[in-house]
Amino acid sequence: MKTNLTVNGQQVQIDVEPRVTLLDALRDELGLKGTHAGCEHGVCGACTVEIDGEAVRSCLILGVQCDGTEVTTIEGVAPAPGEMDIIQDSFCATHGLQCGYCTPGMILAAKTLLAKNRDPSDEEIREAISGNICRCTGYGQIVEAVRLAARRLRESNAAAVEAGQ
Amino acid sequence: MNEHAKPFSGRYVSSDRRVREDTRFVAGAGHFVQDIERPGMLHVALVASQHPAATIEDIDASEALAMEGVVAVVDGNELSNAVNPLMNGLDTPEVRRFPLAVGQNRYAGEWVAAVVATSRALAEDAAEKVKVKGEKLGYVMDPEKAMEADSTPVHPSHGSNVLLDRTFDWGPVEDDFARSDETLKLRVTWGRNSTVPIETFGVICEWNAWENVLEVWASIQMPKYADQIARALGLRGNDVRVYYDVDVGGSYGVKRGIKHTVLAAYLARKLGRPVRLIEDRLENMRSGDAHGPERIFDIGVAFDRDGTINAMKMRALDNAGAYAGRAPFQLGKPIGAIVGPYRINSVQYRAQSVTTNKAVQEAVRGFGQSPTNYALETMMDRVAEHLGMDRIALRRKNFIRSDEFPWEIPSGSKYDSGDYHAVVDKVLAQSGYEDIVAERDRLRADGLCAGIGIAACLEPSGGNSSFEPLLNPKNRTSTWMEGSRVNVDALGDVTVTIHTTSSGQGHETLAATVVGEVLEIDPDRIRVVRPDSLGSLPGNSPVGSRMAIMLGGAAANAARDIKRQISAIAAHSMGVAPDAVTYAEGVVRGPDGRTVEWSEVVDIAHRRFHDLPEGTNPGLTASFIQQVPTGVALPKDGKAQMYPCYSFEFHVVLMAFDPVLAKPEIRRYIIGHDCGTVINPHIVKGMTLGGIAHGIGAALLEEFSYDAEGHLMTQSFLDYLMPSSNEVPEVEIVHHCTPSPFTEFGQKGSGESGYLGAPAAISGAIHDALRPWNIHLNKLPIRMSAISDAIASAKENT
Repeated sequence: MKTNLTVNGQQVQIDVEPRVTLLDALRDELGLKGTHAGCEHGVCGACTVEIDGEAVRSCLILGVQCDGTEVTTIEGVAPAPGEMDIIQDSFCATHGLQCGYCTPGMILAAKTLLAKNRDPSDEEIREAISGNICRCTGYGQIVEAVRLAARRLRESNAAAVEAGQ
Repeated sequence: MNEHAKPFSGRYVSSDRRVREDTRFVAGAGHFVQDIERPGMLHVALVASQHPAATIEDIDASEALAMEGVVAVVDGNELSNAVNPLMNGLDTPEVRRFPLAVGQNRYAGEWVAAVVATSRALAEDAAEKVKVKGEKLGYVMDPEKAMEADSTPVHPSHGSNVLLDRTFDWGPVEDDFARSDETLKLRVTWGRNSTVPIETFGVICEWNAWENVLEVWASIQMPKYADQIARALGLRGNDVRVYYDVDVGGSYGVKRGIKHTVLAAYLARKLGRPVRLIEDRLENMRSGDAHGPERIFDIGVAFDRDGTINAMKMRALDNAGAYAGRAPFQLGKPIGAIVGPYRINSVQYRAQSVTTNKAVQEAVRGFGQSPTNYALETMMDRVAEHLGMDRIALRRKNFIRSDEFPWEIPSGSKYDSGDYHAVVDKVLAQSGYEDIVAERDRLRADGLCAGIGIAACLEPSGGNSSFEPLLNPKNRTSTWMEGSRVNVDALGDVTVTIHTTSSGQGHETLAATVVGEVLEIDPDRIRVVRPDSLGSLPGNSPVGSRMAIMLGGAAANAARDIKRQISAIAAHSMGVAPDAVTYAEGVVRGPDGRTVEWSEVVDIAHRRFHDLPEGTNPGLTASFIQQVPTGVALPKDGKAQMYPCYSFEFHVVLMAFDPVLAKPEIRRYIIGHDCGTVINPHIVKGMTLGGIAHGIGAALLEEFSYDAEGHLMTQSFLDYLMPSSNEVPEVEIVHHCTPSPFTEFGQKGSGESGYLGAPAAISGAIHDALRPWNIHLNKLPIRMSAISDAIASAKENT
């Protein structure tokens, strides 16, 4: 089935069986391997992507359901190869990861949170990532990363406003 | 001996530096096995047995083979005729294990056939069409029943279900019991759980017939993996090439898919195409053979009225599951710290491992030490309760004192260093322990159940697998080495090698940091690479909290060799003796103040043989194979020196819950942690916090539960519950540093930290909260339903 969608800012057409999940379509049809399969039944959040501004588990949605949507995967987060965005850099600053397997989903969950809430409390951060299981970190340094990213995003926005941009 | 009496102070070691691996992972640019595509690759789905035990009379694959895209269906008969049984560390030759069941299966979900197709989806479709005929057999799930003489043997030709039953007597146990004022008995049970990484196990095998090489990409954390593949397939050691540059999406011990690998390798050779086997979550939970220990502890303890613990008898009965796996040895590691941090004079330890019709165990974080610590610490709490003594005071009374190290415990291991009293003092001071007690009492006054949990324990690290020869005299292992190589190229840039895969431990950061420290150059300028197994130095993978000690030691020593070579070349060019020069930040200075720059030495080494000192090889390269510090001998008289280093941790937890709902909530969590010199503070912090999260799961949530019919009930993430960010609290870490005298920088292991004490501490907090009813919940995990039921029935009875 032919499906048209926007992935990381680019319009693409995929031709997949109706039973293929968005997760498999991203990985196998579009070669975007940064989105990871964890449980494939919608619990662990490793496959989280952003669809039209919402954090969505790509294992629970079929590729053909995504017609006309705008999808952002981890490959669409960094501004340029070798250049991290503020959230990615904050995860590196606090070591908010170990094996890196849940990390893309965790960063997408953080990104959608921070797009809606520029000054989240720790409780709101924990709630926003509570659907993403991490077995390595115990979440402490992930919460620190999101907290740091929120502060840096606020500061960079304030600086941009001050500069009249 | 104690050259590191004070903490090591370095330029890069212990400094606040980023973890270099993180960059590729935050970009989604990790290199996981699922990301690898090979041309013409085939995919495997497994046919799982439906009963805990049944004969396999006939496998009808005709319908599956007729389906589009299906290439082959292979069963256990075919496979077992072509490959050798998987390695079994014990001397139990009749307990044979193959990747697919042969003749009969031994647990529900065990693989009986493999279906190979052009896509995983087609393979799964076809697997549903494979018909397996057989007769149901008797089965046993309970380890105590499995011990009984008339129990159904899981392996009939082995004759019984007992894999291991060994009693050790270390010291005058009976005398110590006789002379003690008091004795106490208790039974506690550690439920079957595992670390369950978010990435399942996966492997790709490809047979290169023109080079006679098996190529392997795997999500693996396993010592001697390539050797085991070669042995199982009857290949030469140098016929197997394992790619170590595959990122592993979490392991914590369990990613040891040798059965998956041997199966995929056989299929790849048979079919002449690359074969990929990636577990789905059900295969991972039910039949990935990656469950952890399931253990009953019966403890007797002898002590005096002043709180002095004199002796302990511990019987540990472990339910290994259907095959030996690594389960029996997980009863062995705790021997190296059988008394925890305490001065217990004598110990009797009976280690029993039995087969049942459950899934197979694999190594899980701590390799059996966490269950043992839970048993020990529960014992300490019960003694305190019995004597009406403060739990912390009891522990302090029995701690080994800082001036008594190295301290030999009854089972023969020497603890290297520690200052347990200082760590406890620091934790109590920094956490405001009196405030925690006041908070507990305030919560109780509000009508909540509230309790404080205490746990003190050790993390044995960097050992040489001495439990293998200790439990199996035919095993003669006395080394568990690790290698690293440092090259300085013709442009003067430094590259370090690692000879294993990593699963989040930050080994690239570790290697770069220690080499930078020794050579006094910025670690960010150092590249770290992972040659494949055929290009590798000997190593044993990251197990047993060993890499800071072993890879750190190997890389540092290789760097020292480079520094020595540089100094010798520079000294020769100045015409002075090698010991007359000094090295600083890559520059060599002679006695008269002359200097030779790094670039000049590199030029001599790589281009100007005529300027090299006599007998010096050209090029600047050094390899070092690190032997386990203190690991010099085989076990003797039932005693072994198991680990060179012993880290210490002290947990204090405040928990509260409603007496009716009983949902346990952690209000404060403080851990005092002493792992000697910390190489990278971010990594050690992450390991500790992550370990505590695993401990919270083991204590409250996680269990592979089987029903009476022998089926696994918790086989998805909807019923096997893992802690989320809502269950794991913010944890306060209190640092202390007692360097090890046996390692390069005084470092000890920290890969298992947190996990080793958290379950005991949480159990202790729940018991403190339940004190009004004098309730003992003697099995982990302690589910909220168990707490509320116990309170309800206690209320009924009063």
